[in-house]
Amino acid sequence: MIDVSVAYNRYKFIGNEFLTWLWFTIDTNQHFFSTMDETITSLYVGNRIVLENSINDASEIITIKGDDAGLEEGLLSLRKGAVVIEMNLSYKTENQEWKFTLKGESLSFSSLKIPETGPVETKDDIEGIMLEKAYLYEKAVDVINLLFNAFLKIRSTVVWNEKTVPKIKKWVQA
Amino acid sequence: MGILSSSASITQYHVEGKLQEPILETVAKGLKKQAVKEIDNETSDEEIGWSCFNDPFSIDFDRSPFLIGTYLVFSMRIDKKSIPSKIIQKHYTLEIKKKLENSGREFLSKTEKKEIKDHVIHILNLRIPATPNVYDLIWKYEANTLWFFSNLKGANEELETLFTKSFNLKLIRLFPYTMAALTSTLSDMEKDAISQLTPTRLTE
Repeated sequence: MIDVSVAYNRYKFIGNEFLTWLWFTIDTNQHFFSTMDETITSLYVGNRIVLENSINDASEIITIKGDDAGLEEGLLSLRKGAVVIEMNLSYKTENQEWKFTLKGESLSFSSLKIPETGPVETKDDIEGIMLEKAYLYEKAVDVINLLFNAFLKIRSTVVWNEKTVPKIKKWVQA
Repeated sequence: MGILSSSASITQYHVEGKLQEPILETVAKGLKKQAVKEIDNETSDEEIGWSCFNDPFSIDFDRSPFLIGTYLVFSMRIDKKSIPSKIIQKHYTLEIKKKLENSGREFLSKTEKKEIKDHVIHILNLRIPATPNVYDLIWKYEANTLWFFSNLKGANEELETLFTKSFNLKLIRLFPYTMAALTSTLSDMEKDAISQLTPTRLTE
């Protein structure tokens, strides 16, 4: 394995492409998520998406935020050659919802809101609540790890260039 | 923003290596060895160490167990004293003035000025309390994974150093490349293919 700090910068495009692919899949094939994990009822782009266009040695950052923000500007940026570098997501199972933001370069979670847990009323409650929260954090982490793994499977084969990229290009231009 | 917060940040890690048996004793030893020390009324300006989960001002790991369910749960605390530069400047100027008056001289050498500045910072560090910052972590020992509840670069770097010092294990931060190489279900051939990738242009 190459040096970690070199790898971080050299391969951050993989995370950005993952987020772009995720947005494309959210928009065009919701069914895909339940085939990966049947407990997923939906996965949507949340209230924030950040894109970067680094073409011609200049970097342009486009941020779209707001609960009811339209994503047309984001698609327009994709058309101009941008990739998604940060995305807020809403992931739902039958009766629970998780919201979080993922950064493409690190795939770290921020603003992670898990379904509500019971209140901490006494010191004895803490261990139980901690276990409940850990379980709920794990659900969000596992879903993203699962989807990233699925993306890597596609990205590492000819399927990416021969099937997925033409479909993404068509979606971007639509 | 920790485990019990309403909004959290998580950086995932892969833990390389295994602890010496019995594991819980080894963890306890590592935590006690690098437990955070109080630096209020001390001249140090920074201290980094472990503290108990949900009781960050205690390092009594026997009374606050770090094993919850199958998880190892504890916190890293960074105590830092920040003296505003204007306060340093004020005391430095006053000390210089005093020294000049006492010695009857008109100027002080560069070395003398530096000594005075160091002395001022030293004295102020004794008087100023440290600001604590607490970062929780969950270590899933059997799965070789750890979640650190912060994305701050500085805090993550301190965690990596402290963890290795305490447990003699390496923490590898998980990001797209390391996830592909270490935690994905890709075959060796697929991993090789990933390492050869270049960015895709998604426009015509």
